[in-house]
Amino acid sequence: MNVNQRRLGGGMFLFVDDVNFEDVFTPEDFSSEHKDIASAVEEFINGEIASRSEEIEELNNALSRKLMQKAGELGILGIDIPEKYGGMQLDKISSAIASEKFGFGAGSFTITELNHTGIGTLPVALFGTEEQKRKYLPGLSSGKLIGAFGLTEPEAGSDALNPLTTATLSEDGKYYVLNGNKQFITNAGFADVIFTYAKVEGKLFTAFIVEQNWEGVSVDEEEDKMGMHGTSTRAYHFDNVKVPVENVLGEVGKGHIVALNALNMGRFKVGSVCIGSAKRAFFEAIKYAKQRRQFGRPICEFGLIKEKISEMAVRIYAAESMMYRTAGLIESRLQGVDMGSDESGIRTAEALEEYLIECSINKVYGSETEDYVVDEELQVFGGYGYIRGNHPELAYRNARINRIWEGTNEINRLVVVNTLGRRAAKGIIDVDRAQRKGLERLEVFKPEETDIPGRLDAQESLLGAAKDVFSLVFGLAYRRYGRALRREQEIIGMLADIMIEIYAMESTLLRAKKLMSGKRPEKAYLPVQMTKILFYESIEKVGFLARSILETMQGEMSARKYIPLVRHVLVSPNLNIVSLRREVAGGMIQSGRYLI
Amino acid sequence: MSASGVKQVPDTETQIRIAPDGQSIVKDDIKWVMNPYDEFGVEEALRIKEKFGGEVTIVSLGPKRVTESIRTALAMGADKGVLINDPSAEDSDALATARALAAVIKDMEYDLIFTGQRGVDDDMGLVGASVAEILGIPQLSVITKVEVSEDGTSVKVERPVEGQTLTIESPLPALITAQKGLNEPRYASLPGIMKAKKKPLEEKTLADLGLDASQFGKEARKLKVLELTPPPQRQAGKIIDGETPEEKAAELARVLHEEAKVI
Repeated sequence: MNVNQRRLGGGMFLFVDDVNFEDVFTPEDFSSEHKDIASAVEEFINGEIASRSEEIEELNNALSRKLMQKAGELGILGIDIPEKYGGMQLDKISSAIASEKFGFGAGSFTITELNHTGIGTLPVALFGTEEQKRKYLPGLSSGKLIGAFGLTEPEAGSDALNPLTTATLSEDGKYYVLNGNKQFITNAGFADVIFTYAKVEGKLFTAFIVEQNWEGVSVDEEEDKMGMHGTSTRAYHFDNVKVPVENVLGEVGKGHIVALNALNMGRFKVGSVCIGSAKRAFFEAIKYAKQRRQFGRPICEFGLIKEKISEMAVRIYAAESMMYRTAGLIESRLQGVDMGSDESGIRTAEALEEYLIECSINKVYGSETEDYVVDEELQVFGGYGYIRGNHPELAYRNARINRIWEGTNEINRLVVVNTLGRRAAKGIIDVDRAQRKGLERLEVFKPEETDIPGRLDAQESLLGAAKDVFSLVFGLAYRRYGRALRREQEIIGMLADIMIEIYAMESTLLRAKKLMSGKRPEKAYLPVQMTKILFYESIEKVGFLARSILETMQGEMSARKYIPLVRHVLVSPNLNIVSLRREVAGGMIQSGRYLI
Repeated sequence: MSASGVKQVPDTETQIRIAPDGQSIVKDDIKWVMNPYDEFGVEEALRIKEKFGGEVTIVSLGPKRVTESIRTALAMGADKGVLINDPSAEDSDALATARALAAVIKDMEYDLIFTGQRGVDDDMGLVGASVAEILGIPQLSVITKVEVSEDGTSVKVERPVEGQTLTIESPLPALITAQKGLNEPRYASLPGIMKAKKKPLEEKTLADLGLDASQFGKEARKLKVLELTPPPQRQAGKIIDGETPEEKAAELARVLHEEAKVI
């Protein structure tokens, strides 16, 4: 497959300024196998899921179970599982493609599938012993077994590594006795295997594999949720459940490694699902805007509707570019690993760990893009969008949860910056040097005044300046607060947002450049315009965030003096943003969907 | 052994635009799929193979992109594919297409040939019949049920006719054109896709088949497309006003008679 030869390390996109577009994976690089997988998954969803959407949205666990088994028979549930355990052993790009297709067409069944193949299977796929894998993976892969992830507790949501659930080793040392409550567990209505977490001896956070039919495991009634009605969500109670010691997953006291790595992959998958749902909402919005007439013409001809269509398209384009770039990075990190071997689980976890920052960014950007797009879709529909039975009403409610689970977007923003801080403390990133170099370059930087049609030079140089600004403010904050930076959550949030904008800008820019140099350069036309629109907005945002951080660091180590510099360098070239947006909207309206 | 002819057509949800020449469609950015009627044929061939053994070969004419549709059929379970890919064959009419398909099939050992009863793009419905004619075998068209005899020498098929069912028996080899209702085609599975990558997919030119290129392509068409026009724009609906049902009915009758001129 086509992945980077020169691999960029995790989080290094912030500090390396000559990333070559040839080293970045984009959807245009999909192989014929990727495309075949995409259409196979799509066919299954159209034929089996979309046609039963009303029944599914009423919540029918027996039907969900049947459909899951059908997906399993077609190999869809085994994408991430090694062949020797009955899986398909495909790459992470295929995994993202499949999740996207579910997001596009499978309504709330998406979550039934996503949760099972993600956090409901990965703990054992990544960290199970050979014995555990042999016992559970073939079933999870074929859909005969359904997996659930029992982490959240009433008192332990974001603070998930501090559960009240306890596990006590029996006197004969043969089993642990599990006691506690887990809540908001997806697929709990019909799951067979639960990956759950408890403290051993009051402190050792440990992962366990529990089977739902064991004595002492009980399941509550279905939660009455705002959206995702077609997916089962219940609480578990563990009352003196005897868990054989063979069912400890990973090491005692190392449950966080299991939970966090499974969540990493979970975040990656949620990001892809969100892109799929956003594309669907976009499709419905355009379809409606073309057919709905007001003042004697279709509303898609009005400027403010075109503006919405363009903004939605730009965000989807960015989210998609970031997602597949990340998938390519993870894949290139796995080059040379025998994915059929038993160490492939641990190697995958390591690759995910390395690209933890990127995975979290995708989850945040993907879910916020989806929310933005379904909100605008509803607005395009006007009053009809608020009425049950029309697509936006359902999409709006279903989307909201994606900013909450797999780590809230707030937690993910903390993860992004704290991971960078940890890597700086370990010396993987030289913060001082990056800051010095950044400052030196910013002092001589002159932003381009004019935008050149069909070229991205101005944007490319602004991207470099944005990275230098980040190095500067991150360096200053890192020195000013040291380890205490963790307590300055508002600053972390702003730093995270700058990182996210940089990843978005760079991923769109590199993809557009790759298209420009491709076999059909005319295909680059809309991506170039969308990249320009994104930069126009993101550069302003980065400037605003950087200045806000600098304003905050007052007193002895005042950083205010850099504010004029930031104001001077982060300036977009002159361009006609309205006409750019109209062009992008025009192209999308003509295609009738998100298409580049 | 059976052969299945497949055609690649634009997905029915694709927005079709007419090209500036007024005689063809814009082919960029179209999502291409296997003709749904051909898919019934492939599925039936696979079911017969599962019952009697043998092999299913997919034969198609078209540009490189058609390999995608052939691979779909291979992923469903067909054994091998042949694509006649020759620039001189572009825009050939149904008769020329049938000549090319027949040239591939005639050298194979076969008992049954399946094609769709028509392509959903230009709705000609001629290729199947022409292939049968060229090969000199019986043609069983618009079929919804196929039953091969236990000894594998004949086939009994059903065709719906005006609310009745016509049952026909024919010796093999024969050509069947598939109609909706014949079966529910299976999904291509992911393991099927992976296996399909290793299955043989041969590409042939007209010369490879000993065919004369001058009989193919746009210039050699016996049927020429003069003009493509989009369907007329749908007119806005009209709501009949009136106080009572009687008034409304009278107004409706008047409008149908005087404006729509249908009664």
